[in-house]
Amino acid sequence: MLELLGISPQALFGQLLIGLINGSFYALLSLGLAVIFGMLNIINFTHGAQYMLGAFAAYFLLQYAGLGYWWALVLAPVLVGITGVIIERLFLQWLYKLDHLYGLLLTFGLALIIEGTFRNFFGSSGLPYSVPSQLTGGQNLGFMFLPNYRGWVVVFSLVVCLTTWFVIERTKLGAYLRAATENPTLVRAFGINVPRMITLTYGFGVALAALAGVMAAPIYSVSPQMGSNLIIVVFAVVVIGGMGSIMGAIVTGFGLGVIEGLTKVFFPEASNTVIFIVMAIVLLIRPAGLFGRTT
Amino acid sequence: MKSLLSLIALAAALGGGVAQAQYTDGIIKIGVMNDMSGTYKDLSGQGSVIAARMAAEDFGAADKGMKVEIVGADHQNKPDVGSNIVRTWIDTDQVDVIVDVPTSSVALAVNEIVRDKNKVFLVSGAAASDLTGPQCTPNTIHWTYDTWALANGTGKAIVKTGGDTWFFLTANYAFGLALERDTAAVVVKNGGKVLGQVRHPFPATDFSSFLLQAQASKAKVIGLANAGADTINSIKQAAEFGIVQGGQSLAGLLVFITDVKALGLQTAQGLVLTEAWYWDQNDTNREFAKKFAEQNNGVYPSMVHAGVYSAVTHYLKAVEALKSDADGKAVVAKMKEMPTNDKLFGQGTVRADGRKIHPMYLFEVKKPAESKGPWDLYKLRATIPADEAFRPLSEGGCPLVNKS
Repeated sequence: MLELLGISPQALFGQLLIGLINGSFYALLSLGLAVIFGMLNIINFTHGAQYMLGAFAAYFLLQYAGLGYWWALVLAPVLVGITGVIIERLFLQWLYKLDHLYGLLLTFGLALIIEGTFRNFFGSSGLPYSVPSQLTGGQNLGFMFLPNYRGWVVVFSLVVCLTTWFVIERTKLGAYLRAATENPTLVRAFGINVPRMITLTYGFGVALAALAGVMAAPIYSVSPQMGSNLIIVVFAVVVIGGMGSIMGAIVTGFGLGVIEGLTKVFFPEASNTVIFIVMAIVLLIRPAGLFGRTT
Repeated sequence: MKSLLSLIALAAALGGGVAQAQYTDGIIKIGVMNDMSGTYKDLSGQGSVIAARMAAEDFGAADKGMKVEIVGADHQNKPDVGSNIVRTWIDTDQVDVIVDVPTSSVALAVNEIVRDKNKVFLVSGAAASDLTGPQCTPNTIHWTYDTWALANGTGKAIVKTGGDTWFFLTANYAFGLALERDTAAVVVKNGGKVLGQVRHPFPATDFSSFLLQAQASKAKVIGLANAGADTINSIKQAAEFGIVQGGQSLAGLLVFITDVKALGLQTAQGLVLTEAWYWDQNDTNREFAKKFAEQNNGVYPSMVHAGVYSAVTHYLKAVEALKSDADGKAVVAKMKEMPTNDKLFGQGTVRADGRKIHPMYLFEVKKPAESKGPWDLYKLRATIPADEAFRPLSEGGCPLVNKS
């Protein structure tokens, strides 16, 4: 039957797998965004720039400190997370009580500044970052040749996403966090340091973005505009999944990656826009997003 | 009596001066517009502005009493942004000539505007051969290279060495489609077959899905009808998916030295490409490259930069001979009349359809072991003589060409 559509089953499975790989980036990034919005009510437009900072951190760690990919996986999110904490303490903490728009404008401005600075110094052709030696080569799966690194990306993203979801939804720490979002005053009365938790949560969301950046560095060259290319799509993913829902962000991220992959096969010219078409349809039918709760 | 005296005085004053050059508002204003922030930033960008300045300096404009001013702008690869900039430049800022403009969709839009406003358009960055074909105008000269020359160089060379089945990975806009069309024609003409094509959005970051389709086609050659960061990412990701190990080869139909630098010799070695100018061809080029790199963050000039230098030099010569920059058509006619001669491209001509003629060169990217310097990236495979390098005048479909 599939032959009628002009594609063999093998080719289709190959494209689905590619879609899943792209979806894991969407999932990681939208998870960070969902955590930040769900917990902090901040629309973090700097997310794309922080993703780019993660990739650049990995590049710098290799160039100037000789520390390879595995170090970068741990260090880059920590380093970029610290810059996130600084941003939160300096700028964002004054905006929590205000309209969402102020947070959006501030983070958007920060994104422009960060990207502009990097573009000024680093050009646009992209800096090379090689795949770590343990992950080179690939497996011939029969229907396609899967590079080991891409397989690693899917597996690791899934692990990180599910761990994050588990921590937030099923552990005591996550419970404190969710409670603090709903009623900060009451939670403070119990002796829990709410501002510090919020700062650390923002730092964590930023670290997730940076982690996605490190994982992207070997496959999409490290360039200053890598974030801005992705951020709009990630926002669409978060909106479709439901702005505050963690599981929604994960499921939608992977799902939309697959949909985009299929579009690239059947109608490649539309692959840039299909996610927005889906977003428009979902918003018409379920305004709160697929997994969102109407507040 | 008084009025007669004043009349005589007036006449004397007007008639007494030597014939002055009549430049619009006294300045020759050159507008360099290209991509300063995106996919094509490194092959054009600020470097083209530097090249234009170097051309004006070497021409000695100041000594000849000609005031030359150079302005730059970023069209962001968007035809509407580029059109607005050009309109503002011409209407408000008295710009006389638009130079560079990579991204063929923008170039084609600017082509129309410059013709309507009778200024001059010297295209160095854009590729679509339509600029000297159906879209040719008496105000435009296509300087450095075009899709036909690339197809004729790289395409023909690859088919002749056995790459006779092709699959195209095309950037879905004017340039990619033109390059695909011209190369497909060359492939078919030389006995090859085109098995299919996939058109990717411009610009794109992830080519895995498209490369998979190219792999599934089992074509011997995967033609990359894209440029800049798109080509770099396609080549990198093709390496990841084992496309070359699987027996297929990649044809980079438009590759610049800045792309090879970004890829690194390890990945790019063996790539065959066609360019119009390379810094390491002779001492004059090397000297220019060194001086250019000092002003451009150590980045060496691409053929686009060299083309800007050459075009601005010839433009200034024509304007000097005409003593005016006001009438775009007249300046371009003068540029077609005078043979070109500049230190980078040597002697050449500009044809009736606006095509600048010079030899093209087939290069191969060196292996890492063969390279002796950070920018020592190419070895010369063949020189395509000027009379064979570009599409014959009669085949273009340019309305300016008299049909005999």
